[in-house]
Formats: sequence, structure tokens, C-alpha cells
Amino acid sequence: MKTSYMGKVARINLTTGEIKVESLDFDLAKKFIGGRGLGTAMLYEEGIAKVEPLSADNKLIYITGPMTGTASPTAGRYMVVTKSPLTGMIASSNSGGVWGAKLKYAGWDAIIVEGKAKSWVYINIEDDKIEILPADKYVGMLSEACDEAFKEVHPKASVLNIGPAGEHLSLLAAIMNDKDRAAGRSGVGAVMGSKNLKAITVTASKNAVEPHDADKLKEAMKACLKKIKDNPVTSQGLPTYGTAVLVNIINNTGVFPTKNWQESYYKEADDISGETLKDKYLVKNNFCHRCQIGCGRVVTIDGNKVAGGPEYEPLWAYGGNCGNNDLNAIDKANFYCNEYGMDAISVPCTIAAAMELYQLGAITDADCDGMPLKWGSAEAIVEWTKRMGEASSPLAKLMADGSYRLCEHYGHPEVSMSVKKQEMPAYDARGVQGIGITYATSNRGGCHVRGYLISPEILGLPEQLDRTTTEGKAAWCKIFQDLTAVIDSMGLCLFSSFALGAPEYAALLNAGTGTEYDVNGLLEVGERIYNIERLFNKAAGMKPEDDRLPKRLTEEAIPDGPSKGMVSQIKVTLPQYYEARGWKDAFPTKETLDRLGLVEKN
Amino acid sequence: MIEVRLFATLRENREKIYFLPAENFHCALDIYNHLNIPADEVSTLLINGFHKKPHDEVKDNDILALFPPVGGG
Repeated sequence: MKTSYMGKVARINLTTGEIKVESLDFDLAKKFIGGRGLGTAMLYEEGIAKVEPLSADNKLIYITGPMTGTASPTAGRYMVVTKSPLTGMIASSNSGGVWGAKLKYAGWDAIIVEGKAKSWVYINIEDDKIEILPADKYVGMLSEACDEAFKEVHPKASVLNIGPAGEHLSLLAAIMNDKDRAAGRSGVGAVMGSKNLKAITVTASKNAVEPHDADKLKEAMKACLKKIKDNPVTSQGLPTYGTAVLVNIINNTGVFPTKNWQESYYKEADDISGETLKDKYLVKNNFCHRCQIGCGRVVTIDGNKVAGGPEYEPLWAYGGNCGNNDLNAIDKANFYCNEYGMDAISVPCTIAAAMELYQLGAITDADCDGMPLKWGSAEAIVEWTKRMGEASSPLAKLMADGSYRLCEHYGHPEVSMSVKKQEMPAYDARGVQGIGITYATSNRGGCHVRGYLISPEILGLPEQLDRTTTEGKAAWCKIFQDLTAVIDSMGLCLFSSFALGAPEYAALLNAGTGTEYDVNGLLEVGERIYNIERLFNKAAGMKPEDDRLPKRLTEEAIPDGPSKGMVSQIKVTLPQYYEARGWKDAFPTKETLDRLGLVEKN
Repeated sequence: MIEVRLFATLRENREKIYFLPAENFHCALDIYNHLNIPADEVSTLLINGFHKKPHDEVKDNDILALFPPVGGG
């Protein structure tokens, strides 16, 4: 049967050097689609939940979705799925650019990397040919230089690489591709570093993926494009200002965490907003492969360097969360995150936590090597980002493993604003009740792209909910989580969902793969994916108490601003959520697993 | 006075911020009209940080924040 899957998976063992070509397990693909869902199912089946994340036993799956590279909207995404060294649970980090589509064009749905090379290597893929080559001379290179150096050898390749952070196993290390696109979260770059794998270069002679039914896909695509064009968020808001447009609306709602969440309204927010970025620093938009939106920013740094610009999250995290309103410094620090290959959410959030530890006197000037971690210091956010990338001092090395381990080291675990040891993103869950459920129950730890309830609770999409109430939020959270799991598994960008809904995704997937999903059927696949992630976490040793928010969100009310006095009501919503999911004590019941066709492994 | 903050495309050909005498306005829509902002261009209206509708009342010391459709994440 014709299908937009390539039908092939490469299994590359870096210990033995063996490269095996396997057929895609179509039965498993039908149950879990691809990308995040299928990658997790493969890891779970292969018993990876119980391994040590930075050992040779862990596996690293680079996996596309069935729609990656097809003529579908925003179809340029791939996922890195592995056991996270940051959380000890499932990691699935998503990235755009063109690398994922090239992997597919070269003929592969996924590559599974196992074992550990004796010395630094890279993998070169040219259509069917896969080779493991020495990479010693690329070690230590920053992302831009690395990309350019590999292109000298493989001129038509798209390059995926780790930076110095991944090489020295920073738990905040990202995997970069196409210079400035990142599979950013959960320390996936450290897993790649632990295997002595510096890069994967992909060259493809084709540039298209044939779907199951080209006419049907064309029809579905046409309907999607119209919706994307008619939707003011995808046709105007995101292209004009990027995700940075959120700075002002989130701040004016009083849920813009400031100074490591001690406050939640930042008076200088407009200085670091999408509007200011556009007026002062924007050079042009940056489009991922097959994207019609173009939310990416290209900016000028220090008046001369042109590079990928910050999204909303780093603008917030280096901005309000560090009490800093120097936008050029944020652009620069964000650039260094890309260059050293680090998570541009967790790195600045860890700097913010370090600034609070400095405020408390736990971190002293003696620890700071001439660069005090003072609130609002533009110099400090740039310098400490570089230091974390280089692990160049004892404190920098500690910080490079994230706020949880840093704050625990200094005897102030409560200062780490993290869930499951991963830093929370840019929305204060004290003033937005639904998003707190997303944070607490996200299978990969603190995260906003696992059920973005900011959309209904703040942005009014698809309808306006009251952000202050708990009623109905558990059910909303479940649906958002399940639909997100579907989009992530198809190989599409989540931002398409501002304009598209489940019916459009079902039409695209059916045209691509020959399935016959209706909306409910598709959402059930999303639910299955969310549940297998939870089974993975259970096998990895997750406990019910890991579904929790930092104490600050439940016990310290927002001190000022529009949301003054609010705390998270997660104690009310969490039991409602478990009921909506058919879970008991944070895990699926036997009935739920049976309904979803899942079997728990011992 | 009422403080009115405009964002994103609503700033085009307008100021970022206005301070208006409260007694001249009954509801948010009166302010839209005064600033020549078509109501359908405002996707989100916040009054003191809370989502409101154009016909909702405004009073002295209120802070209004007006946004066109925005999204991200």
C-alpha cells in the first residue's frame, strides 16, 4: 500500500559499528502514529525505561512523523526520543528547520542510535548509504562553525550536532540542527554526547514524500492553507512579531514570572517585547521547512552579528525572570545557547534560580569569579550562559545541570522552579489555573507544549475560559494533551493548531497514510500516546508525588500586579484530572490500559 | 484618569499609551471609538488584568490593555 511512511528504520550501534536496516513496524505505527508516540513505544518495548540515561545502554531515537516532508502545513518537524538524564523519565524534544524532512527524503522514518563509540564520531547519511566517521577535529566547535565545517565535506547536507555543552554532558544540553534550530529540552544533547556522537549529516537526492492519496492530501492541504491564511494568529500575529508577541499580554494579565517567580508582573516588559524586538533588532522572519507561518526571528546582535533570535520563552526567562530589560543582551545570551547547544528555557531559568540563591546569600561573590549574579545584570546573563556552555568554573558546572541540582546543592530546593527536575516555562500557574495541571502532569516535566491551556485561558482560542477558575479545566487539559500528542507524532508544528483542529489533522493523516480516523479515533491515539509515556515513566521509577508544582505556586500568593493574591489550586484539579484520565494515584488503571490496547511491561 | 495601553498592530499610527479622563467614557467601546479602533480589531480586552467585553463598564483608575489576535508559546 502506498503511504507517507518510508517503511525503513536504521539501527546504528556505535559500540560495534554495526548498521542494520529494519522494516518499520507498521502495526506499532498504526497505534502510535510516528514521532513522539512511536518513538516512545519503541523505547518502551526495548526496555529503555530502566537504563541509566547517560550509559551506553540508553538509546537515542531520531524520528520523523508520517507527515514530515509531505505537502502538508508546517511539515518539517522531527523528534528526539530517549530517556532523559535531566528528569530520569521520557524525553521527546521537537525541532524544525529542514533536517527532519531531509532524513525522510533520504528514505528513513527513524534512526536508532545505540551503544557508545570509543572516540568521537559522526554519522553521515546519503540516501541509502550510512557511515560512521571520525569526528575528533569537530570537537569543541560551536554550532555555526560546526555546521559550516561539515558542509565543507558534505556540501548538500543538513547538519545536526551537539555543541560543547553536549560534549561535557551538561544535563541542559540540546541537540541543534541547521545552526539555530533546537531539540532543546530534557538534556537530549547530553545523551548524544555520552555516546561520543558529535553530529549527524543528512544528504538526500529526493525532496518530496509521496502520500497514500495525493488528491485527498491536496484537498486537505488546500482547506488547511485557507484556515491558516484566514486565521489572524497564524497569518498576522506570529509572522509579524513571532512568539515574542506574548510578552505584553502575559505580563498585562499579571502572570509573567519575575525574579525567579518571586513576583509576576514586570514593569519593564515592553522593553523586551515582540513589538520592541521588531522595531529595533528584527532583520527578517525565519521559516522552517514547509512552514507557512514563519514565526522564527533573525536579529542583529551588538549592531553587527546577524543570527537566530529569541522566542518568547528565552525573552521571558532572560528578561523578567532575571529582572533584566536589556534586549540586546537577551539576543546575545540566546545566541550563545544555540552556539553551545543548550536549552534556552532551562539555562536562563537556572541563572534566575542562581540569582535568587545570590540574593539569599547562599551563592557568594567568591563563587562568582568576578561576575556577580545580581538581578538585572545584562553582563551576568551573557557571561554565565557562556560559562555554563563551557562548564568553566565549579559553579558554572553545577548550573549546567539545571536549577534542581543547583538549588539542592545549596540547601534551598524550594528555589528551583521546576517539575520533575525540569524548569517550568513562562506562565505563572498561580494566575492561570489550567496550565498548572499541564505543568504538574507533563510526562517530560515542566513544560508548556504538552497541553497549551494558555490558548483558551489567556488568548481566547478556541474559546475564552476564565483563567481564575478550576471548573472544567481537567477535561480541557486532557483533550489538549491528547491532541498535542497527535500533532507531535504526525511530524507537524504545534503552532498549526492555532488555525487547525482535530478534523483537519485527521484528514491530513488519512490522506498521508491510508488510515480512516475520525476525530474521536484520532484523539484516542493521542490518549494512548499520553498513557504509554506515563507507563514509561512508571517503569523508570516515577512516583505519584512527582506530579507536583513547586511549593511557591501553592503556598506563596502572587505579591502584586493584576493577579495579586492568587495561588494554584492544583490540589483541587489534580484528582479531577486523574479521574478524567482513568488513572489512580498518577497511573493508568487496568481498565484504562485495556480500553487503549496497552499492556504494562514488568 | 483611565490608562489605555495598546499593543502589537494596534500601535500603528497611534500612541502606545493614553491617559483619558474617566468621566468621558461609560464602557470600553466608547474608548475604542475615541481612539478610532474598530472593535473587530480587538481580540483581547483586559481591564485591570482580567478579560472583559467591549460593553463592560470602565471607571476611574482602570487600566485597559487592548490586543489584536496574538498567539505563540
